[in-house]
Amino acid sequence: MAGEIGHFALILALFFALTGAVMPHVGAYRKDTRLMALGDRAVYAQFLMAATAFGTLTYAFVTSDFSVINVATNSHTLKPMLYKISGVWGNHEGSLLFWVLNLTLFGALVSWRGSKLPLQFRGRVLAVQSLLVLGFLMFILFTSNPFERLDPAPIEGNGLNPLLQDPGLAFHPPMLYLGYVGLSVAFSFAVAALIEGEVTPLWARWVRPWALLAWVFLTGGIALGSWWAYYELGWGGWWFWDPVENASFMPWLAAAALLHSAIVVEKRDALKSWTILLAIVAFSLSLLGTFLVRSGVITSVHAFATDPARGIFILAFLALVVGGSLTLYAWRAPKMAPSGLFGFVSRESALVVNNIFLSTFAAVVLVGTLYPLFVEAFGAGQITVGPPFFEYAAAVLMSPLIVALGLGPLLAWKRGNIGRAAQIVIPALVVAAVAGVVLVWQTSGGFVMTAFGLGLAAWLIASVLLEIASRIRLFAAPGKAMTGLKKITRAQWGMSMAHAGLAVILLGITISEAFTSEKLVVMAPGDTADVAGYSFTFEGVAPVAGPNFTAVRGFFTVREGDAILTSLTPEDRVYANPPMNTTEAAIYPLFSGDLYAVVGEAAGAGRWSVRLYFKPMISAIWLGALMMMIGGILSLSDTRLRIGLPTGKKQAQKPSAKAAPKTGPKTVQGARA
Amino acid sequence: MKRFLPLGIVVFLVAVFLGMMLSDRNPNEIDSVLIGRPAPAFSIDSLSADTPPLTEADLKTGEPVLVNFFASWCVPCRAEHDSLMELAGRYRVPLIGIAYKNDPAKAVGFLNELGNPFSKTGLDLDGRVGIDWGVSGVPETFLIDGSGVIRYRHWGPIVGDSLEARLLPELEALR
Amino acid sequence: MAGLQTRKKQRLVVVSLAVTTLVGASLLVLLALGGDSLSLFLQPSDIKDRQVETGQHFRLGGLVETGSFSRLDDGLTYRFAVTDCLATQPVEFTGLLPDLFREGQGVVTEGELNSSGVFIASTVLAKHDENYRPPGTMPKAEGQCSHPNDQAAAASYTGG
Repeated sequence: MAGEIGHFALILALFFALTGAVMPHVGAYRKDTRLMALGDRAVYAQFLMAATAFGTLTYAFVTSDFSVINVATNSHTLKPMLYKISGVWGNHEGSLLFWVLNLTLFGALVSWRGSKLPLQFRGRVLAVQSLLVLGFLMFILFTSNPFERLDPAPIEGNGLNPLLQDPGLAFHPPMLYLGYVGLSVAFSFAVAALIEGEVTPLWARWVRPWALLAWVFLTGGIALGSWWAYYELGWGGWWFWDPVENASFMPWLAAAALLHSAIVVEKRDALKSWTILLAIVAFSLSLLGTFLVRSGVITSVHAFATDPARGIFILAFLALVVGGSLTLYAWRAPKMAPSGLFGFVSRESALVVNNIFLSTFAAVVLVGTLYPLFVEAFGAGQITVGPPFFEYAAAVLMSPLIVALGLGPLLAWKRGNIGRAAQIVIPALVVAAVAGVVLVWQTSGGFVMTAFGLGLAAWLIASVLLEIASRIRLFAAPGKAMTGLKKITRAQWGMSMAHAGLAVILLGITISEAFTSEKLVVMAPGDTADVAGYSFTFEGVAPVAGPNFTAVRGFFTVREGDAILTSLTPEDRVYANPPMNTTEAAIYPLFSGDLYAVVGEAAGAGRWSVRLYFKPMISAIWLGALMMMIGGILSLSDTRLRIGLPTGKKQAQKPSAKAAPKTGPKTVQGARA
Repeated sequence: MKRFLPLGIVVFLVAVFLGMMLSDRNPNEIDSVLIGRPAPAFSIDSLSADTPPLTEADLKTGEPVLVNFFASWCVPCRAEHDSLMELAGRYRVPLIGIAYKNDPAKAVGFLNELGNPFSKTGLDLDGRVGIDWGVSGVPETFLIDGSGVIRYRHWGPIVGDSLEARLLPELEALR
Repeated sequence: MAGLQTRKKQRLVVVSLAVTTLVGASLLVLLALGGDSLSLFLQPSDIKDRQVETGQHFRLGGLVETGSFSRLDDGLTYRFAVTDCLATQPVEFTGLLPDLFREGQGVVTEGELNSSGVFIASTVLAKHDENYRPPGTMPKAEGQCSHPNDQAAAASYTGG
C-alpha cells in the first residue's frame, strides 16, 4: 500500500511541477500577480509530494518490504539500520528520487528565503526550477519507478554491495547530490535573469550564497568520497582521476569560479554575461556527471545494456536543458553590457585570473575525461588518459592560480597598487623560497617538484596570514590589533579560511606523494617490519563475526623506538549477501602522518601477506577540505550574505542599487585600510 | 559569434554521445536479419566421431529446436549451462549444440564435465557457420521452428529470468 | 569618449588573458595527449597485432582465465592469465590483489611486457562500485566470447 502512496505522490508532484513551470510565465506575460505567486505554492506542494514519496520509500527500506523490487534488490533484513536507510539513495531509482527531493527542497528554500525578491523574478526562478523537477519526475515515472512491485515477494533481499556499507559512503552520495542540485538554483537564477534580460549587482548578491552553499556540499561530498577510497579500497590511494571522480570535480571547479566571478558582478557590475554562462555551465556539468555515470557511455554501454532507454532519456533531457539555456544565452547575452570598470591591477583582475584558470582547468579535465570516448567513437581503438595527464594539467594550471591567490586579496578593489601589495607579501615570498630551498637541500637535490609544491603552499599560507595582519594593521599599530581583529567580518574570515584550506590540501598532497614509505611483506606471527622508523610487529590473526559478515582480523603492534604507539587491526571481510570480499584498512593518524596497515591473504605456513604504509601529512588533505567547508559556512553565516537577505544596510540607504555599481561596506575594501 | 560557441560545443557533445549510444556497441539491440528466414545451409562434423555430420536438414524435424553456439573457453557458457540442462530435461526441448572455434577435445571435455544437454552436436572450428548465422559472440541461442525457419535469437547467456521471461514464451508460441 | 576607450581596453585585457590561457592549455593538452600519459588499452589478442615492444607501458584488459591463478612461494607474487577468448597473456603481479579479483571476472592491469613475453603488472585495478565496470574488459570484435558482466546485467534480480 505504502508504495502506491509514494507512486501517487510522484504523479501529483508531476502536476504541481507542470503548474509551477508554466503559470509564473503566464502571470508575468499578463501582469497578473496572483499567477506569478502560484510559483511559490507550486514549489511547496512539489516538496511536500517529493518528501512523501521519499518517506514512503525510506519506510519500505526500513521495514524491509521486499514486495518492492527496489528494496528486494538493494536491501537485506540483516543489514544495520544505517545502511538500510542509506540503501534508499544507494541505487539508481532511489538516488533519482533523492535528486528530485533536493530540487524541490531548494525550490521551496528559494521561495521561503526569497520573499524580498521581486515577485515576477521570483516567479520566473521558481518556474525554471519547476521545469527541472518536471524533467526528473518524468525520468523517474517513465523509466525508473522506485515503487515497482515484485510478485510474489521474496522472503529475503539481495543486500547492498558491501563496499557501499560504510559510513563514509553512506553520506558521500547525498552530500554530492546536494551540491549538484544546489547548483540548480544558480542555474534557475541565471535563466530567469536571461528571460528578464537584466543582470544587476543585486542579482549576483542573491545568487552567490546559493552557489557557495552548493560548493560547500560539493567540497564535502568529494572529500568524503576520496577519504572513503583511501581507507576502504586498501591501497592507500585517495584520488584516481577516474571518470566518475572527474564528473564530480568539474562542477566543483565551475562552482568555485562562479562564486568568485559573482563577486565581480556584485562589486563592479562587470563580467555579467560570463557569470551567467558559468552558472549555466556549472549545473550542466552536474547533469553531465549524472549522465556519464548512469548512461554507461563512459563505463561502456555493455554494463547497462539492459535499459538503453534511460541513457537516451537523460541525454535528451541534458540536450534540452543545456541546449535551451545556451540558446537563450546566445540570444540575450549581448544585452548584458558591463557598466563598471576596473583597473588592470585590481582585486577584480585577480578574480578574472582566478576564473580563467579554474575554468580552463575544468575544460582540460573535461577533455581528458571525454577524449577516450572520442577516440573510440571515431574508431581509433581504445586508449585511456591516465593520471599523469591530469596531474600535469593541475600543476601547470593551478600553480599560477595559487600565486595569484596569495596576491589577490591584498589588492584593492577597482584600482590596486601592485607595489604596496608586493611589499606586504615579500615575507611570504621569502618563506616560500626558504621552504623550497630547505627541502631541496635536505633531499640533496631530489624532489624539485616537491620543493616547488611546498613553496607554493608556504606562500599561500603566509600570504593569507599577512593579509589578515595588514588588515588589522598588526605591524603599523600593534596596540589596536585586537580591535581590528574584531572588525573582520565572517565573510572575510571565511575567505581566509578557505584559501588557507587550499594551502593545507596542497601541503598534504605534496608531502604525502613524495615521502610515503611503503612495505609489502609476508609476515609470520612475531615478525617485525620497519616502515619509516616505526616498527610493526605482526601478532597474528583471529576470525571475527559482524552482523552480516565474517572477517579475518590481523593484529599489529606499532612501536616507535621502544614505546608502544598503538595496535592496528585491519580486516579482510567476507560479506554473505551478496557474497563479496572487502578490505578494511587500519589507520592510526599521528600528527606527522598516518600509519596504515592492510592484511591480504594467507601465504601458507601461518604467514600472511600484508601491506604497511607510513603516509606523512596525508590527513592534511581532508583537514584542508574541512577548512574550505568551514570557510564557506562562515561566509554563509555572515548576515550581509545570508541567503535571501540581499538587502543589507547599504541597500536600505541606496535603493537605486541597480543604477550605481555598489560597493560593499567599508570593511570589505580591506586592503586599503 | 563567440556567444554561440558554448552552444556549438554542447551540440557536438550530444551528437557524439548519441552516436555512441545508438552505435552497434550494444548487441542487444541488433535484431538478426535472419529472423523469419530459413536457417543458412551448413554441413559440419559432429563432436562425437561415430555420428553423421550435422546439416541444416537436422533442423527440420517438424518440432521447434534450439541451436546453441558454445565454447569451452567461454566463461558465460558455463553460467548458462544449468539453463540448457533444464531446457533439455524439464522442458524436453531438442537442443543442438555447435562448438564455436573450439578444440573438439576440449569441447567434449566441457560437456563431459558439466553434462550434455544436446541431442546433436556440431563443430564449427573455423567459425564459418557462426559468420553465416551472424553470431556476434558465444553463447548465442537460436530458436528454429519445425520447418527450419529462425524465429528468435537469444543474445548472450540464458541466465537469471531470461529463460522464463524470454525464451520459454517464444518457445510456447511455436508449440 | 575616454570612458569608452577604457572599457574597450579593459575588454581587450580580459579577452587576451583568457585567450592566452586557453591557447596555452590547448597546447598543453595536445602535448600531453601525445605523450606518456596516454596508455594504450589492449586486450591479449591485440598485443600481437600491435607489435607491442618490450618495456612499453600499456593497460591490459580481459578476463582472468579460469584455472590460471597461482601464487609463488614468496607469498606476494601472483601469476595468472588474462584472456579475451582469442589469445591468452600470462601476467605476473607482486602486491595485494584487489577485493574483486576473481577467476572468470573482468580485470584491468597496468604494466609492461618483459623479455620473455610475460606482462609484469604494476597495478591491478579494482572495480570502484557495483555499477562501475572497467571498460576494455569487454570483447570488442565479432567472434569473441561474451562477457560475464553481460550476464550480471541480465541476472540482476537473482543477485550477484
